[in-house]
Amino acid sequence: MSSNKNTPLGQRNLESMHNYATPIGRRILELVRNYAVPIMFIIICAVCIPLSGFSTSYLLNEIITRMGRNIFLILSLLIPIMSGMGLNFGMTLGAMAGQIALIFVTDWQIWGIPGVVLAMILSVPLSTLLGLMCGKLMNMAKGREMILGYMMNYFVGGLYQLVVLYFMASIIPIKHASIRLPRGFGIRTTVNLTNMRQCLDNELAILYNGVKIPVLNFIIIAALCLFIVWFRRTKLGQDMRAVGQDMDVAQAAGINVDRTRIISIIISTVFAGFGQIIYLQNIGNFPTYTAHSQIGMFCIAALLVGGASVEKASIGNVFLGVILFHTMFIVAPKAGVAITGDAMIGEYFRVFVSYGVITMALIMYEIKKRRARSQGGELLALAQKEGGAAS
Amino acid sequence: MRSIKKDFFGNQVLTDINFTLEAGQVLGLCGENGAGKSTLMKILFGMDVIRETGGYEGDIIINGEKAVFNTPFDALKAGIGMVHQEFSLIPGFTATENILLNREPQKKNVISQVFGERLNTLDYKEMDRRAATAIQKMGVEIDAKMVISSMPVGHKQFTEIARELSKDQLKLLILDEPTAVLTEKEAEALLDSIRAMAAQKISVIFITHRLHEILSVCDKVVVMRDGHVVRDVPTKETSVDDITRWMVGRDVQSAASRAEIKDEKADAKTVMSIKNLWVDMPGETVRNVSLDVRQGEILGIGGLAGQGKLGIPNGIMGLYEAGGTVVFDGQEIPLNNPRKCLDSSLAFVSEDRREVGLLLDETLEWNVAFPAMQIQNKFLKLLLGGLVKWRDEKAIHTVTQKYIDQLQIKCTSSKQKAKELSGGNQQKVCLAKAFALEPKFLFVSEPTRGIDVGAKALVLDALKQFNRESGVTVVMISSELEELRQTCDRIAIISGGQVSGILPAAASSEEFGTLMISKVV
Amino acid sequence: MSKSEQLQQTRFGQLVNTYGLPRLIITGFLIFLFIMAPITGSDLATQITNVINRFSWNAVLVLAMVPMIHSGCGLNFGIPLGVLSGLLGGTLAIELGFTGPMSFVMAIVVSTPFAILFGGGYGALLNRIKGGEMMVATYVGFSSVSFMCIMWLMIPYKNPSIVMAYTGVGLRNMFALDSFYANVLSKLFEIDLNPWGINLVIPTGSLLFFALLAFLMWAFLHTKTGTAMTAVGSNPTFAKASGINVDRIRLLSVILSTWLGAIGIIVYQQGFGFVQLYTAPQNMTMPAVAAVLIGGASVNKASISNVIIGTLLFQGLVTMTPTVITALIHTDVSEVIRIIVSNGMVVYALTRKTEGLK
Repeated sequence: MSSNKNTPLGQRNLESMHNYATPIGRRILELVRNYAVPIMFIIICAVCIPLSGFSTSYLLNEIITRMGRNIFLILSLLIPIMSGMGLNFGMTLGAMAGQIALIFVTDWQIWGIPGVVLAMILSVPLSTLLGLMCGKLMNMAKGREMILGYMMNYFVGGLYQLVVLYFMASIIPIKHASIRLPRGFGIRTTVNLTNMRQCLDNELAILYNGVKIPVLNFIIIAALCLFIVWFRRTKLGQDMRAVGQDMDVAQAAGINVDRTRIISIIISTVFAGFGQIIYLQNIGNFPTYTAHSQIGMFCIAALLVGGASVEKASIGNVFLGVILFHTMFIVAPKAGVAITGDAMIGEYFRVFVSYGVITMALIMYEIKKRRARSQGGELLALAQKEGGAAS
Repeated sequence: MRSIKKDFFGNQVLTDINFTLEAGQVLGLCGENGAGKSTLMKILFGMDVIRETGGYEGDIIINGEKAVFNTPFDALKAGIGMVHQEFSLIPGFTATENILLNREPQKKNVISQVFGERLNTLDYKEMDRRAATAIQKMGVEIDAKMVISSMPVGHKQFTEIARELSKDQLKLLILDEPTAVLTEKEAEALLDSIRAMAAQKISVIFITHRLHEILSVCDKVVVMRDGHVVRDVPTKETSVDDITRWMVGRDVQSAASRAEIKDEKADAKTVMSIKNLWVDMPGETVRNVSLDVRQGEILGIGGLAGQGKLGIPNGIMGLYEAGGTVVFDGQEIPLNNPRKCLDSSLAFVSEDRREVGLLLDETLEWNVAFPAMQIQNKFLKLLLGGLVKWRDEKAIHTVTQKYIDQLQIKCTSSKQKAKELSGGNQQKVCLAKAFALEPKFLFVSEPTRGIDVGAKALVLDALKQFNRESGVTVVMISSELEELRQTCDRIAIISGGQVSGILPAAASSEEFGTLMISKVV
Repeated sequence: MSKSEQLQQTRFGQLVNTYGLPRLIITGFLIFLFIMAPITGSDLATQITNVINRFSWNAVLVLAMVPMIHSGCGLNFGIPLGVLSGLLGGTLAIELGFTGPMSFVMAIVVSTPFAILFGGGYGALLNRIKGGEMMVATYVGFSSVSFMCIMWLMIPYKNPSIVMAYTGVGLRNMFALDSFYANVLSKLFEIDLNPWGINLVIPTGSLLFFALLAFLMWAFLHTKTGTAMTAVGSNPTFAKASGINVDRIRLLSVILSTWLGAIGIIVYQQGFGFVQLYTAPQNMTMPAVAAVLIGGASVNKASISNVIIGTLLFQGLVTMTPTVITALIHTDVSEVIRIIVSNGMVVYALTRKTEGLK
């Protein structure tokens, strides 16, 4: 069930006309154009892997670990794309909710899997509230959802700092001095999750040829994938797809567009909260004030690397994206040293590539939106020209 | 429907509309643009606009009971379905999904029991079954699994109709110009399906400009003109000619005098010659227009909506993609280049005041002076030996004030923002903007659209005066034939994107009417 | 009684409408800070000096927002491009061996071709994605900054005062401008009231330089081309129908914005006294965007007075809160307030309905 095929008639016809003329060459070109980003990344990885000199088992281990901790976060992006709200840069809001929940759970010293589960439960009301706010604002700025979500990151980031740095332990009770700043209030710059570290990953883990497979993690991810597939088949999912393609038509058919959009953002935010908790339990500690700041960017970049676009993304894109993006991420610094002799260049290069991918995806999305419009006109003009000449 | 009255801000649009429709009957509704067809249907369908503009008078009686629809959903509940001219379909959904949009059959599950009905899963089997039934009811084959965006236009139209038919309670279906976008064959299929629906006791109101369709499928015809029902007759007792006459028929003396005075211009030289013009303007496609405009005349261009009359000025002035040749004053004008047209002393007052005609957020002064400043370097002071072209606020103020007085624009000052004016005054600003260019040739498109009667007369007089005193050739495009006949020397009628004929203003209404529908597509 | 109350309420409502609620709150807060400053024991004159100083550093960068807003390209989240051209100009001027005031002039001269080049490419890109400018601009900014991070390491700079101390390859993260163009403007015609016992220093040169640029911008907006630019931003269809080449005007506005961004960063550096490289240009965007919005600009309307008022308010807030609020509640919340205010302002502006923007 493809989520979106929003190509106007004109473009489709033009393409099929061309396809008919030179089927094979065209189709390959089409394929390359549609999958330009993944192909580019496969090439980058193919060049960098040998240069980096990492062993296969090391690489595999790293990639599987990163899949386990990142996929949940990235999956949270899918639902807003389905409802036509683009890449949810506001997913960071969920990440912040997750972090606040983790701070509390750490303070209460509830460790292991119960701690993770409790943190998830705690994060839900917070995420819902933030998602509601974000969704409402996005409804006020239709057509500018992405930039708004992006700015919300920073805005809510400020509020997060205010709460965590000033309110915690002064207004909000925090018992343990170990996570408080020495001055008596506010949370230390790093929150230690040692007793929670990799508790999900280690449960049911399988060691195969030196590669650790975090089975429970993958089961959770599989469950979420199933949920998303199932969700698309529900009434709400159907409404979201309708809203995503044409708000006016959906409204005319009696679907409450604004509400549907808000729900979509809330779901995304809640999942992002869960995702962040899973992510941080794997790492084992987190920098209190910066852990969320880059999450949105990396998740979105990974999704786009997997071949997704602003208006279309599938679960397959998520998996492919995680593998390619993180392979690049692991090998780039070493490969950078091998090529230039300077470690920093590889470091900067991978940042540049992540930003570059998002930039390209955004540009391609906008250009496609405009081309779709003008091509329909072109076809019409052509038909008239022929008609005009005939009569 | 009984004694329906409706006015928009004091403009009486509908007066005493009465007609009845029995179950299983097909009623053809026709009339010129602005005759009130759409407004009437909006009332019947409970559209928001009606309530927002103050409701209506009179009663709608369905099955012997008075019905009041506040929203389209009320109308739907009462069994009224409407297929609008614009498609209301989700492009990426299949026909089935669109037919059952927001009315999908659902299955309950564990999660939906907890979190509410919106998490019910869709019952795809049941959806397929219902869609198939609706398509069968319609009697036209369409592929229920096909995605809308890859369908030909006709099938989209059928999907819309099937959607209405899939509603169990449907008793009355309104089709607003459903054949406008169809090929001949598809239209034939649609007529068949209308007959099939009627056989199943569904009443149909069929609005169209193609009169022969009405004759072939309808049981009775209602002809509207100027907000009145002028005829309500069984189809058997009428003919295309009769209907045409009823649609347009009016007294014609008012225009006759003007035509006589202007007769001597018949041998004036041709100032603009349009050959094989096509314009790709959505909804107003021009296909093959050839037209000569004489020096100093006022040429009217009329025709039904959607036939392409608006496309002509928009295409020539480069706002929409166009092709063909346009020769003005002996020189060919390159198309698709607004600048070149303006440079050759052509000017255009667009029908779309808010989008094209005005800088809503800027002052009147800016609106009036801007094109003249940019095109002809008027209202500029040259500083530093011409290196700096400085805006001359004083000259701008003077010229704006001049037009404010001349056209009686009601405003607080020339510094007022354009968006704060009423529609009529905005239109005057648009005219002032064109006048400030001091053009040799002026296109005016729908100059009286959406403005009140008093302003209408003023705008038309200003145009006539401009034409007479400055000797400027004016081409005026309007949907209102009466207005064209009062103002113009000759009137070209556009039908199906082509010129179907040019008549003097004094010609009879029947002649115009025949031309208007001659090539309707 | 109740009538006058009502009247007052509607008056307040009008004020909110014309002035904008967030702007009102910020102004009120700033006035509160000024009143509190002497009470908390900080010297008002010093505070004013700080505010004026910060204003003189930042005003040109904020001014760089104006052309693009005028032509309807939205808020210039791509200002890092201009900043990068300025950095290239500054570092190359130093590399070429210029010192003192001459290095300032040369920095501007050298950065100009880069600004035209970057701005031109950027403008051409924005013309192809009308309607989606802001999001793309943000990421164009990010990617170009990270690309230049690589370049700062790879361009073979040689001048020992700016390259990394040990390796001698690649530029330093930050270097002082003492022997170059630090304070060349602010020391020009400086008015120092310290001899009279008031700790008030006015960087006249910087203010004059900004005034000159602001005047040129004002003048430009009064010329034929400037008028066309405003019209393009106000209603592109109208402009097209009036024979304006919309794409060309937009391109011009982007180049102008980028060039002003380049000058802006050089002026900022001369005031600050240091050059910051690598990821630092990213941090220049938000203060500038927020300032012009606080000044009362919307996504498609901005004036010189918006720039001046906005920069004063925003920089006032940034400089006053650390001292005054810290003195009041003994906690430094200034950074958090700055983040919330600047980003909240952008969120607010984005949710406003804008008629001309399509």
